Amino acid sequence: MKYKNILFFLIINILIGCSVAVTPVDKAIEDQILYLGNGTEPQDLDPHIVTGVPEHNIIISLLEGLTISNPNGGDPLPGTAESWEISTDGRVFIFNIRNEALWSNGDNVTAHDFVYSWKRILTPLLGAQYADMLYVIKNAENFNKGNLTDFSKVGVKAIDSKTLRVELNNSTPYFLKLLSHYSTYPVHKDTIEKFGKIDTRGSKWTRQENFVGNGAFILKDWKLNKLIVVKKSSTYWNSKIVSLNEIHFFPIEDVSREDRMYRSGYLHLAYSVPQEKIQNYKLKYPNEIHIDPYFGTYYYRINTRKEPFNDLRVRQALSLSINRNDIVQKVVKGGQLAAFSFTPPNKSGYYPNTKLVFNPTKAASLLKEAGYDQNNFPKVEFLYNTSEGHQKVAQAIQQMWKVNLGIDVELINVDWKVYLSREQTGDFFISRAGWIGDYPDPNSFLDMMVSGRGNNKTGWSNLIYDNLIREAASSQTYEERNSFFNTAEQILIEELPIIPIYTYTRVYMLHPDVKGWSPNVLDTHPYQFIRLER
Amino acid sequence: MLNLIGKRLLTAIPVLFTVITITFLMVHSAPGGPFDADRVVSPEILLKLNENYNLDAPLWDQYLSYLGGVFVGDFGPSFRYPGRSVTELIFTGLPITFELAIYSIIFALVVGVFSGVVASLKPNTWIDYLPMSVSMAGICIPSIILGPSLSLIFGIWLGWLPVSGWGDLPGDKILPVITLGTAYAAYCARLTRGGMLEILGQDYIRTARAKGLSETRVVVVHALRGGLIPVIAFLGPAVAGLLAGSFVVETIFGIPGLGRFYVQAAFNRDYTMILGTSIFFSILIVLFNLIADLTAAALNPKLRDGGSSE
Repeated sequence: MKYKNILFFLIINILIGCSVAVTPVDKAIEDQILYLGNGTEPQDLDPHIVTGVPEHNIIISLLEGLTISNPNGGDPLPGTAESWEISTDGRVFIFNIRNEALWSNGDNVTAHDFVYSWKRILTPLLGAQYADMLYVIKNAENFNKGNLTDFSKVGVKAIDSKTLRVELNNSTPYFLKLLSHYSTYPVHKDTIEKFGKIDTRGSKWTRQENFVGNGAFILKDWKLNKLIVVKKSSTYWNSKIVSLNEIHFFPIEDVSREDRMYRSGYLHLAYSVPQEKIQNYKLKYPNEIHIDPYFGTYYYRINTRKEPFNDLRVRQALSLSINRNDIVQKVVKGGQLAAFSFTPPNKSGYYPNTKLVFNPTKAASLLKEAGYDQNNFPKVEFLYNTSEGHQKVAQAIQQMWKVNLGIDVELINVDWKVYLSREQTGDFFISRAGWIGDYPDPNSFLDMMVSGRGNNKTGWSNLIYDNLIREAASSQTYEERNSFFNTAEQILIEELPIIPIYTYTRVYMLHPDVKGWSPNVLDTHPYQFIRLER
Repeated sequence: MLNLIGKRLLTAIPVLFTVITITFLMVHSAPGGPFDADRVVSPEILLKLNENYNLDAPLWDQYLSYLGGVFVGDFGPSFRYPGRSVTELIFTGLPITFELAIYSIIFALVVGVFSGVVASLKPNTWIDYLPMSVSMAGICIPSIILGPSLSLIFGIWLGWLPVSGWGDLPGDKILPVITLGTAYAAYCARLTRGGMLEILGQDYIRTARAKGLSETRVVVVHALRGGLIPVIAFLGPAVAGLLAGSFVVETIFGIPGLGRFYVQAAFNRDYTMILGTSIFFSILIVLFNLIADLTAAALNPKLRDGGSSE
């Protein structure tokens, strides 16, 4: 019997022995390796093909635009361009590209590279889904839509190898910020042409053995659905400030797995936190859970082409009977703010002068005025894509409408692509929506509601509104521009083709060893400024 | 035996053809397309995208050119991952899913057969009841519960094993294999016990014992061969089920196998990827059923001459 006891102790010892093994995060400080949870597997790493946030997070390490998104918010930092001059009317930009800006194969980054790259994303056959980001450039839209075939007429020219001239349609105050979006990033011409033509989708140039970039990191390893590793680049112009040696991006679509990986020491960053754990983690890990403001709005689209929502009073009644404070405090509980505008308010910039109040009495009387009550209100459906989070909000609002207006709304959840296709074809009454701004400017939200825009989807059209957005685009000063936007926003909130519910927050877990990670509304964190320290 | 193989392979052709046709029609009739996104693309761009992937051609034309491609082994490019061909994606995921399935089936066989045999030797005692109740629990607990629970206990609380990955860190294959294999181990245990009890009551076992053979020899050499037939018959469908069902375990533990690609492809309306993976899974299922039949025939002389276990 004794040998059995010895064996038992041996096994226990081996198992305990395993438990004191150091976790990757513990070891990371020494090696300066950052481990990040990063949503889904990236579609590709081609800045002119991809459209998603996970891709963005990786591409900003591999490539660099003319400017770098400022991690502290505010004005963008010089990137590949070391300086620039802007004409007095704000329409012409001259960029001076750094002499020391190099590709990872040692080639110089030139103004011609930018001309080539912008031609590439605008080439119609490439089918780039983010080509419209460049439409502020003169004739870019015409070229992209095939109305113009001569690229030399588009407003981008290389004056010499290090000087780039860009001409815009209008003075565009957010243009410099746009230049830190990956759709404007340069690609290496010889590499592109080695593996395909200018309009080849999905060529092999983004493979680890082929990738040539100009960013602070270079692609080291890409294991499909498992891991992407980038390592510090020696050719990057500012490599002396880069302290990370490697970044490991894990595609993790399952938020519970991400949570387990974070808690057992395999990740520095859990990109999302399971909704039901937020409250608990706020108490348990107050230094690790982060709730940052985010440039996004959670809202409901109302199909204004359909009865009864073609009646403004009905839309107003729906909005007035929603208690947004209850939604953010009792339902979503992730530090979100009750919305009072479509564009998320920015205290140091555009701050919309609108209100969205909770007034069930007024709501009920408006509904009555419109000729509806609980007996004759048509049967309407509420459409959302299958997700527990959306369902909770929908149920709460369904209940508010039931109690405050006496109307029944049927909740319909469908798969993501079915939801998109039904919204697109107008086959809905009310649908859930969310929008994250592509660039930190009210135009990123308000332009969407202009008549006939693809993302409007509500059938709403208001010529005064359209005009205000157009005027804002061609205004000369910030004040003038913001006042146009403000008036437009007031029309939108008065007319309510969309009902804003709350302003998003980014909720994530970040290990205390990660330093230099600044919260900002675009949730962009250039990795050259990040280091690991205890 | 050859006759059996030939017959089964011939019937596989219409099966695969039907799978391709039905899947093709189903994916194309599902609402939403591969390029539908929250941020709507302009009609001009959508046109070019469809042109790029031949989606602007009539459906019958797309169907024929797809069939033509499959015939020469070309499954087309993935719509979701523009730089990857479906073949490349499948061959990245397949070996991993395969490895997971094989380890799980080995785990299931070792644990299942052992506890089944032990239980059958002392029927209706606690040695029988204990493994049989545990196995009933194993069948009942779905992997979606078992996986996270094991991770929580062994990964987070005790810190003994990694909670994610495949072949990166020592021991990261243990939890996924146990999670996927447990239900099958439980089935194996119950099937082994049933098979063994039937065999142990037969005359030739009594003869063997009467000859004075040791109990081990009676059980291992004489009884087990017959007692395992139900387990062998179960193996074919089990391996097929393991392959197709590995998605849940792959998601829980972040294993880059084929199952995850399959399910993501359906959500993304990645037409070519859905078709490619469906074809592959059908081939595997046909193949494993055939192997199971052949093994059953090898163990049971009655089935050898052109018969089938069905």
